[in-house]
Amino acid sequence: MTWRSRLVSPAGIAAAVGVLLFLFLAIAGPALFVAAAETSNVPARLLPPSLAHPFGTDDLGRDIFARVLVAARVSLLLTLGATVVSTVGGIAYGLIAVILPRHVRRLATGFLDVLLAFPWLLMVLFFTVIWSASAMTAMFAIGIAGIPFMARLVYNLASSVSGRDYVRAARVVGVGPFGILVRHILPNIANPLFVNAAATASVTLLSFAGLSFLGLGVQAPEYDWGRLLQDGVTRIYVNPLAAIGPGIAVVLAGLVFTFVSETLADTRGGGRSAVARRALGAVAPTRRSGAAAIARPALAAGEPVAEIADLRVAFGTADGGEVERVRGVGLRILPGEVVGIVGESGSGKSLTAMALAGLLGADARITTSSHTFDGIDMTRPLTAADRSTLGVELGMVFQDPLTSLNPALTIGRQLTEVPEVHLKMPRAKAREHAAAALEAVGIADARRRLSQYPHQFSGGMRQRAMIGQALTGRPKLIIADEPTTALDVTVQRQVMGVLRRAQRDTGAAIVFISHDIALVSAFCDRVLVMKDGLIVEELDAQRLREDATHPYSRALIACLPDMTSDRTQPLPVIPPELAAAALAEEVGV
Amino acid sequence: MNALEIDRLSVRYGRTTVVDDVSLVVPAGRTLGLVGESGSGKSTIAAAAVGLVAPAAGEVRVGGVVASGGGKAAREARRRLQLVFQDPFSALDPRMSIGDSIAEALRASGRAFSRDARVARVRELLTLVHLDPDRAGDTPAAFSGGQRQRVTIARALAGEPSVLIADEITSALDVSVQGAILNLLRELQENLGLSMLFISHNLAVVRYISDEIAVMRHGRIVESGPTEQLLAAPTEPYTLDLLDAVPVLGVRMAAE
Repeated sequence: MTWRSRLVSPAGIAAAVGVLLFLFLAIAGPALFVAAAETSNVPARLLPPSLAHPFGTDDLGRDIFARVLVAARVSLLLTLGATVVSTVGGIAYGLIAVILPRHVRRLATGFLDVLLAFPWLLMVLFFTVIWSASAMTAMFAIGIAGIPFMARLVYNLASSVSGRDYVRAARVVGVGPFGILVRHILPNIANPLFVNAAATASVTLLSFAGLSFLGLGVQAPEYDWGRLLQDGVTRIYVNPLAAIGPGIAVVLAGLVFTFVSETLADTRGGGRSAVARRALGAVAPTRRSGAAAIARPALAAGEPVAEIADLRVAFGTADGGEVERVRGVGLRILPGEVVGIVGESGSGKSLTAMALAGLLGADARITTSSHTFDGIDMTRPLTAADRSTLGVELGMVFQDPLTSLNPALTIGRQLTEVPEVHLKMPRAKAREHAAAALEAVGIADARRRLSQYPHQFSGGMRQRAMIGQALTGRPKLIIADEPTTALDVTVQRQVMGVLRRAQRDTGAAIVFISHDIALVSAFCDRVLVMKDGLIVEELDAQRLREDATHPYSRALIACLPDMTSDRTQPLPVIPPELAAAALAEEVGV
Repeated sequence: MNALEIDRLSVRYGRTTVVDDVSLVVPAGRTLGLVGESGSGKSTIAAAAVGLVAPAAGEVRVGGVVASGGGKAAREARRRLQLVFQDPFSALDPRMSIGDSIAEALRASGRAFSRDARVARVRELLTLVHLDPDRAGDTPAAFSGGQRQRVTIARALAGEPSVLIADEITSALDVSVQGAILNLLRELQENLGLSMLFISHNLAVVRYISDEIAVMRHGRIVESGPTEQLLAAPTEPYTLDLLDAVPVLGVRMAAE
């Protein structure tokens, strides 16, 4: 999100207008309204609200509305002061804690936790008591009471950044701890920090109103919104606006702070996480209602399990335009067939497969001339029964099982979902079914493993578990999107073996996506080569090297080093005129 | 004369020994490939060599000078050893221009640069890795994965190292980009006389770039030797297993 688009959002406009208004009040308010606010006019005392006095007058005949406007400066200054104290203190404490040696760091964070457990109001009362009640005391008290929260936040943010490779890289070239804090950590945590500071400010404002209301904050004859509230509340039955007026000011200012924090908040990546959510929902359906998936009749000979024609997928760009990432792709998957899609990042291979599974997010603009899965017309809105069928017959295996398995649920919970929800099995039977699926993918001691969480599995085992999940239904199609890219060759071979066995046992078709043309050819029957959103060539996997005629396919084959590459020669690279659009600059060596 | 010697190195995380009594030698101007599965301790060796983790035992020597432990001489020797990270997306500070990232690494060279000299040197380094020097002011977001990896290579070269440690530097890249980066490394090695420790789990890549190969498993070196010799006649079952698992174009992979 650019600053421009953030500012023209509703929250951005509200924040800008609010900040300008309060800035004006804080600067010009006292000069403009001080006469009405502070001149006693006893004959006009305790007047009810009227046009001349919107909130009425107080016991000395001063206009309450004018007093609210004048008090803006003190209230806002105190709030900002306290926020600055907590932010600066929090940053200092949090950052220093990050670079301390381990044992001292434990002590420092332990102390923070103790302070955090201590109610802040009690802490404020403690400070005001030892320093005597005054506006400044209240400011420092509230500011200091806010330090533990900020410090904890800074510490958590900073320790996550300090584990990044770029910080390690800086250490390798000899940048000292202080340099790393200032150059790398602070700039990268600044955004969430400001957001939180702005959010804290609105809470701080309320705390002030509370303290002044208790008589611990600003002392007469000085006044802020809290004091005005205190004065007004004694007459709330006679003139409610004397109390509500300053209350409105507090609420408005709090709102403005919240809008400011909203505007500062970085919402990049929201689209991506939405896609991930959708994908997850499809893999582990949580819908507990709906009809049981009935076993569908076998497909007639020659009838595809899934088919999509003239698929186009486009996304909106930041400047309102549209970029087409898949540009007219047709795919026809026969039952039991293993089809590989190979291409580089940005070739549209994953999008094509996700579209085939009906899993693309709402931000994708999809057009097809036809799209069926096992006889279901996927271009129409799906019924509950259709969705159940999809849940049972479609298996997905993603590149990173750590993000596609739910870390908070046991493997068993995730593997019994399909049998329980879609196949309507009783719990005990579903568990047996899940254990059988885990055994089928070669996980020993499956019953015990079912009660473990994904993080207790190794990378290869998680990938097996995901394949096992696909097996808990009656899969007719398994889509495997770079399932072994994060794995070593030996584990890769095991996972591919499991996938192959799963395919043999269930007769499911597989769409296998990878950027490794050798792996695709070693596993699939048929290989589609994709580039820039188009299928450039379709080949028999066994005869890839002999049959490939498209220069891009040939280049992909040539640039992959294998165990026979000539080590004395530079590796062939894809010539620039052939390179995928997104990579054009990349290979121009 | 050996550029890098790792002598009986052990590293422990808590009670787990992740690197167990490992000795490696990178001769000057040569490349040693280190292969093994993830969790075998390959990356920990790299981290220990450049001082990111403290070894429990053993010694790292750069050009004969002890580089492990404290002291000025050790620190200086460590700077002669630079590391290129696996993931080009996390290895560059997203808020810093690539020029600044490279300039920051110039301090590892131990030379003092004037402002102009610094700018000139950054441009020179970018040209060396075939990137447009006029893009020094751009942040990493403006670059693709392969281009970022070139930037991290330039950053490692800024310290004027004698040894470059490349830790899985192509595994996050597309195959076509991988080839270009490997070619770049070989070209740099030839032109700058670099020695390299090349860590990867991809045997085909290691074979292509290395003069010698060491195979690692469970924190130990199980087999090592000159590339052709080792791959032609491996004696360890694990090495055979690794060789066997490499997918070959057009050859059907046997099921498990």
